Amino acid sequence: MSGRAESAYVSPRRIGAMMLRYWYLLRSSWPRLLDLVYWPTVQMVTWGFLQYYIATNAGFFARAGGTFIGAVLLWDILFRGQLGFSISFLEEMWSRNIGNLMMSPLRPIEFIAALMVMSLVRLSIGAVPVTFLAIGFFGFNLYGLGFALVAFFFNLMLTSWAIGIFVSGLILRNGMGAENLAWSIMFLFMPLTCVYYPVTTLPVWLQPVAWLLPPTYVFEGMRTLLIQKVYRGDLMLDALALNAVLFAAGLFGFLKLLQSARRHGSLMQTGE
Amino acid sequence: MCAMPDFPPIAVERLVKIYKTIPAVDGISFTLTPGSITGLLGGNGAGKTTTIATIMGLTTPTSGRVTVLGAEMPRQRYRVLHRMNFESPYVEVPMRLTVRQNMTVFGMLYGVGDLRGRIVELGRQLDLTDLLDRPTGRLSSGQKTRVSLAKALINNPDVLLLDEPTASLDPDTADWVRAHLERYCRERHATVLLASHNMAEVERLCERVIIMKRGRIEDDDTPAKLLARYGRRTLEEVFLDVARGSGVESEAAQ
Repeated sequence: MSGRAESAYVSPRRIGAMMLRYWYLLRSSWPRLLDLVYWPTVQMVTWGFLQYYIATNAGFFARAGGTFIGAVLLWDILFRGQLGFSISFLEEMWSRNIGNLMMSPLRPIEFIAALMVMSLVRLSIGAVPVTFLAIGFFGFNLYGLGFALVAFFFNLMLTSWAIGIFVSGLILRNGMGAENLAWSIMFLFMPLTCVYYPVTTLPVWLQPVAWLLPPTYVFEGMRTLLIQKVYRGDLMLDALALNAVLFAAGLFGFLKLLQSARRHGSLMQTGE
Repeated sequence: MCAMPDFPPIAVERLVKIYKTIPAVDGISFTLTPGSITGLLGGNGAGKTTTIATIMGLTTPTSGRVTVLGAEMPRQRYRVLHRMNFESPYVEVPMRLTVRQNMTVFGMLYGVGDLRGRIVELGRQLDLTDLLDRPTGRLSSGQKTRVSLAKALINNPDVLLLDEPTASLDPDTADWVRAHLERYCRERHATVLLASHNMAEVERLCERVIIMKRGRIEDDDTPAKLLARYGRRTLEEVFLDVARGSGVESEAAQ
């Protein structure tokens, strides 16, 4: 297919080009690969021992099905999914390559698609080995959640992408001054999405806010499954509906921020 | 591939670009003819980079209109971006990737057919063959410039925008780059807009020179006519006349 006609529509070849670019980058740098595995492992081991301690000193609730390790692993999917997206994007800013991309035939939607796939790749490299370590160290088999894990994973990834897309837009518009958001924004959601405790723990006035966030449904669903052995499909459907809204809002925000960056000339001023 | 005869490669009509309250470009108009090399001169802050960024669709005009090969920028940019390319000191190719990897990625982005062959061809033309499998970040400044030029030529662009293409190069490498650009434009009948502070470079390459000052076009003509009009021997002297406000208008006023 000739390049002359190719830029008229969304092109798998351009998406592939960006994926190849990030793959070359990962391959060329062992510290980058190590970083993908190191922190999820530390998290899982720390929380695993805490779970073990509580299980041997507390009652039924704490022992029920490894809710802490499960929460840590699912939280890591959410956090690492967003970070994987944002770091790939930040690589372009750090290397002052964003101008090259914005002036190439690469469309924003193709760029975003490549970043989404790369967040999956990075997550797989970082999180999959850790799930096997969880089996070895603490006897917690995440894959034992079966189909529910697919629903949890899909919903968490959608949320992580929506946040990653929006944060990337903020960085495009505001430059590297907004970089810290990429590293920290997910922690804003941590207390509200009730990763380690039920929603009922929150003050009554805060609970409706928690229920506006899709991951809340996932973590509640996980606890229900592990403690009561009940899969709540209704919670996953609610999460999916909220994620659809969140993803559309993230995409809309990104495009508006990109438009604003063009208006303000920010795309020429990005860099390390 | 030549530009369609109906559409000028680049047409800028009453372009205004204001950042907050500061006008970076203030109502400029010019049209380039196919196969021409035009120099865009001006001191720092004259509006050259903003003009080039607007032509590339990287910034939105406050008012006025820019078209490239008939497509309005930035609204219709995807119609023509694969037929354009650029080189600028404001951007770099990724340093951790090898030259070949960078060329592969950009070749795929620009939809280049027979990409392997094109990389070999560019490697030969730009004396990069022995460097293709080395990380770009480990190359010398002159070699990196050649890589940037290879990226700018990967898609055989009909319209090429160059912002200081030989800045920070030693005279030998700079001369080599100029010779290559001349050859490329002659062979491909490509249209080039070249922003530069290097007057000798502009004098050698350009058949037309647009001089900008404070966002406006101060003068626009062939190098020979500019020299004659200002009564100067070099474009550098003409440039200084314009920059210091001692040009033909000042003399006429006296």
